[in-house]
Amino acid sequence: MKNIWVVAKKELISYLTSPVGYVFMIFFTLVSNGFFLILQDFFRQGQLNMRGYFGVLPWIFLFFVPAITMRLWSEEKKLGTVELLLTLPLTDGQVILGKFCASLIFLLITLSCSFTLPISLLIMGSPDVGVIVGSYIGTALMGAAYLSIGLYFSSKTDNQVIAFIYSLVAIFVLLLVGIIPSYINQLGPLVYICEYLSLLTHFNNIARGVIDSRDVLYYLSIIVLFLFLNRKNIEARKWR
Amino acid sequence: MIEVQSLTKRYGDVLAVDNISFSIKKGEVVGLLGPNGAGKSTTLKILTTFLPASSGQVSLNGFDVFTHSLQVRQSIGYLPESCPLYTDMEVKSYLNFCAEARGLVGAAKVSAISRVLGDCGLTKVSYRVIAHLSKGFRQRVGLAQALLHNPSILILDEPTSGLDPNQIRDILQLIHNLGAEKTVIHSTHILSEVEKTSNRVLIINQGKIVGQGEPRVLMEQGQGQVIHATIKGDQAQGSLSQLPFVSSVQLIRELEPQLAQYAIQINQAGKGAPDIFQLCVQQGYTLHELRTETASLEDVFAKLTQNVSPNVSTEGTSV
Repeated sequence: MKNIWVVAKKELISYLTSPVGYVFMIFFTLVSNGFFLILQDFFRQGQLNMRGYFGVLPWIFLFFVPAITMRLWSEEKKLGTVELLLTLPLTDGQVILGKFCASLIFLLITLSCSFTLPISLLIMGSPDVGVIVGSYIGTALMGAAYLSIGLYFSSKTDNQVIAFIYSLVAIFVLLLVGIIPSYINQLGPLVYICEYLSLLTHFNNIARGVIDSRDVLYYLSIIVLFLFLNRKNIEARKWR
Repeated sequence: MIEVQSLTKRYGDVLAVDNISFSIKKGEVVGLLGPNGAGKSTTLKILTTFLPASSGQVSLNGFDVFTHSLQVRQSIGYLPESCPLYTDMEVKSYLNFCAEARGLVGAAKVSAISRVLGDCGLTKVSYRVIAHLSKGFRQRVGLAQALLHNPSILILDEPTSGLDPNQIRDILQLIHNLGAEKTVIHSTHILSEVEKTSNRVLIINQGKIVGQGEPRVLMEQGQGQVIHATIKGDQAQGSLSQLPFVSSVQLIRELEPQLAQYAIQINQAGKGAPDIFQLCVQQGYTLHELRTETASLEDVFAKLTQNVSPNVSTEGTSV
């Protein structure tokens, strides 16, 4: 546990000591608030909820989360520091969890930059706080699932751009399987399977304010699956 | 301390390390020599548990590198090739990370960091970002990281590459001093470094050990002595080459009529410059210059690595 925190702290220092981290946070806040307040015309809709805000987050995360994770392994591989990191007395699992925790903390900090929205809503009237809290939890879970996918693809290459594109495509596919099949009539019950596999359908459930254990379990399994694949991938150098 | 038995490493079809064995005792400073691509770095990566061996046994301090990887990593300090560092961190926070990863906490951590900062001459730059440091300082940061936990074994992969002559001298001096209490393996392709630091040399070529021993012994086993002489006299070259202990006389250049510079190859131990002098006295030649040159480690190295069939011990035993 202590070793996980040691790695996480090191990664957080990289995120938070460079201007890039702060530019990222500002940019994310501008884009997500811009969508909600301007493009969706929040002020004329006359509805005191954040449904529109959370509705676009899966698509904004699609571009922002791979940008958080892309450097985590690929940069280590490119600089050669992976050799240093993996010859420290830390297990592969500790290193992977450390990196994952750091990216999750960074994402949560970024997400918390949107705190002005719920506060404004509370000042303007009495929104349904339960739905908003539920949506934040759902967003955190979905973000964590995106991060574990991004972290895995970062370990596949030593090129950050390629890591970014791989993760973006993978997440995009996992979003689309929740939308496209329902337009195809011949699929029959397959539609439900596809929808179950999608990152989007589970998020929509949570964003409605219903925290169902099935949705939570879905996100947790995605996270565990990709962290496990990540570990296998790092261990692969040890196969003989 | 370090035991390597019939170690083999394949990358796909490429045989990088071919059945090598050696052992290194506590307190030895061993230079691992070889041309680029000889398998030095691969061997060190296996020793530091980064890569597994395809076959063979490697143990450090009695721990197998494959099955007891964490214990091995605790007891080694490793400076990988080309000295990778987290360049966006400050020197001190980088060392802090390495110290914590090695399980150092509290006062032990603080004192370890200030000790290595002092030992490696980094105190002045401890709050600088690594990316802004010169190559020499970065190399020292890499070395400081390897020394943090006071490991009993130090593994340095080309610690002097890319440094200027003064920095190289400093690093070599540091390695030499460390050798007093630690077991050190350092790889290089620069031979003069090994002569200065190591008690023992392992020469690797194409994945095989082609020679090992003390640097001095290896040099003597090499080409023997070469004497450079500038002599004035008729037929000096002829009479020199008739001497029984001379294997060849090479005319380097003629300075004026009858005065010329020669390189004389001696093939018998105990013969040398005095005998050349005697000859000149007997023949009435004028001797302008007489200078003995021992075959350098370079010559030994060239001989061993260009000619794959070795003439020095190829046995994988400790010398």
